[in-house]
Amino acid sequence: MAIEVRVPTILRSYTGGSKVVEGSGDTLSGLIDDLDAKHSGLKGRLITPEGGLHRFVNIYVNDEDVRFLGALDAKLNDGDSVTILPAVAGGALGFAAAAALLGR
Amino acid sequence: MARYESLLDACGGTPLVGLPRLSPTVPEGAPPVRLWAKLEDRNPTGSIKDRPALFMVREAEESGRLRPGDTILEPTSGNTGISLAMVAKLRGYRLVCVMPENVSSERVQLLRMYGAEIIFSPAAGGSNQAVAVAKQISAEHPDWVMLFQYGNSANARAHYETTGPELLHDLPTITHFVAGLGTTGTLMGTGRYLREKVEGIQIVAAEPRYGELVYGLRNIDEGYVPELYDASVLNRRFSVGTRDAVLRTRQLVEVEGIFAGFSSGAILHAALAVAHEAVREGKRADVAFVVCDGGWKYLSTGAYGGTLADAEDALEGQLWA
Repeated sequence: MAIEVRVPTILRSYTGGSKVVEGSGDTLSGLIDDLDAKHSGLKGRLITPEGGLHRFVNIYVNDEDVRFLGALDAKLNDGDSVTILPAVAGGALGFAAAAALLGR
Repeated sequence: MARYESLLDACGGTPLVGLPRLSPTVPEGAPPVRLWAKLEDRNPTGSIKDRPALFMVREAEESGRLRPGDTILEPTSGNTGISLAMVAKLRGYRLVCVMPENVSSERVQLLRMYGAEIIFSPAAGGSNQAVAVAKQISAEHPDWVMLFQYGNSANARAHYETTGPELLHDLPTITHFVAGLGTTGTLMGTGRYLREKVEGIQIVAAEPRYGELVYGLRNIDEGYVPELYDASVLNRRFSVGTRDAVLRTRQLVEVEGIFAGFSSGAILHAALAVAHEAVREGKRADVAFVVCDGGWKYLSTGAYGGTLADAEDALEGQLWA
């Protein structure tokens, strides 16, 4: 059995357009290495050069944010479901327009 | 207290009600696990956002940023806009809201009723177009005041000073607090207060997971984390999809008679998850969660009836929380 990984639209250029890919690993870090081996470049979009999770990337294991489960050391089991999402607050309009108004 | 000098003074003080039917059953002899709903729809405009709207306006008045007759600019079509419109009306300010033209007619009608002016951005242009419109307005009106709820400390302070103390007063045995994560103000303010007062309290976030269309980002670097957010206040954070949010919203009204919006269903979903965990671990739990608003504004989505799949389709591409 493998771990099912849901990939957001903006990262599907790395997965040949696939919305769901499979991977394996005992930890999130291991899973990301495994995914990067099959979908080259994906790791660089998820992890910073310093080795932490990208600030604007949220990853969930069975719907729970990995930052509260040990981040890259979060333990994974076969059959787990992993979801990658971009960090966006309160939907699209509020933050985008607010940020623009503040000149960010 | 049931008598107030004005509507603004009636903000907060909402009831906390038990959910005896939705709370999980525990084995005989095991400690109780109970769910409690904080009914924020009982605020003046019917949502939790009345608290931060009032605090943000008062803070801006006290600091001199907002002067009589000023114009407030608010770029959301959600509950904050409606709350600000009410506060602005009663405190003597003009409110201008910028929103895409495809928001629900209930919202537009409510905002206009409270006296807000609305500037629409073309629906086809999505959030990018709304940003462009907002930029243009800002350039043309540098004197307009934006309260910016995502980075305004008065937003979190409203909950630190009101929601948190109310919860502790009504439920001194509280073990978990569960709320929605948008601007993060509710969780940051209430969470900080409860952490100071209740040893071992668990602060749990429920974040809506929208359909792909809603995000509308071109790349990861366009993401945004609100300035108010401090992860160290939280213990856990759940992502709740549309289907689970709708399912729980329906259960809330069918089983407990509480007619709520979909964000409350998402929060209940996370609350049930921690409640069931407590049962499995044989621990006592008093889980308080937030009912953000009533379901009235969302009836036109049609998502309260029909199959879950139909409801999911109806909400696809919408900001339901």
